[in-house]
Amino acid sequence: MANDHAANTMLRSPLGRVRGLGSAKGGTHHWWLQRLTSIALLPLTIWFAFSAALLAGASYEDTVAWIGRPWNAVLLLATIALVFHHIASGIQVIVEDYANQEWTKMSSILAVKAICALLAIASALAVLRIAV
Amino acid sequence: MSIMKDSREATMIGRRTDGSTIRRPLSPHLQVYDMLQMSSALSISGRITGVIWSLGVLLMVWWLLAAAAGPEAFTRVQWFLSSWLGLLILFGMTGAAWFHTINGIRHLAWDAGYGFDIPSMYRSGWAALIATGVLTVVTWIVAIIAWA
Repeated sequence: MANDHAANTMLRSPLGRVRGLGSAKGGTHHWWLQRLTSIALLPLTIWFAFSAALLAGASYEDTVAWIGRPWNAVLLLATIALVFHHIASGIQVIVEDYANQEWTKMSSILAVKAICALLAIASALAVLRIAV
Repeated sequence: MSIMKDSREATMIGRRTDGSTIRRPLSPHLQVYDMLQMSSALSISGRITGVIWSLGVLLMVWWLLAAAAGPEAFTRVQWFLSSWLGLLILFGMTGAAWFHTINGIRHLAWDAGYGFDIPSMYRSGWAALIATGVLTVVTWIVAIIAWA
């Protein structure tokens, strides 16, 4: 009965608790990056969708020439980096929501991140190989 | 304390601003929603189209790698993408991508604090569906004109 308040008081200061970043141990960083990548991907998506549509049925030479054009290569590299970051963080949230076991959650998230990183590097390498 | 069976339990114990502990409510799962409601139907569709689009990005990776690999590999991608199955997948992907994009704009507006009330939410929901249809058709008209 000593003191209800004492039992509920932590040695941590309120600022320390905020910096401890809550139950997800990540604060708003993950959430914020999801929004940032989505905003950046908005113009890139519109650009890529219509560029891809215009390349429908294009020959190998025309396609390679299009990818190799400096601005296209730069925008493709930006798109690749942002897309895979956005995918990895999006699938992470889905896994966190639906996976019940800690080990399935952890291993799925790590696997998704590894696959996304490898695909991003491979795609970037392809663009660079054509453009450089 | 017993061993937790469900790791989500760990996130169910929160603290109030004064530091006292509180048991948070468990977030409701899919089955509690009426999926014929615009709100929940479009909400889960945003997530599903995100997953579909993620898989669709594999086609972009294949396309880029094939272009880098040479004419033979590229011919194979073109063959698949212009096949009956390829076109069907691409068409579905276009719809999923546009929906995810436009629904994402709704989410960004909500994050900024706009359009939360039910009438606005329904209006933006219908707008998102119509815009998805229009943009999908426009993208394919561009593709068909480019192809022809």
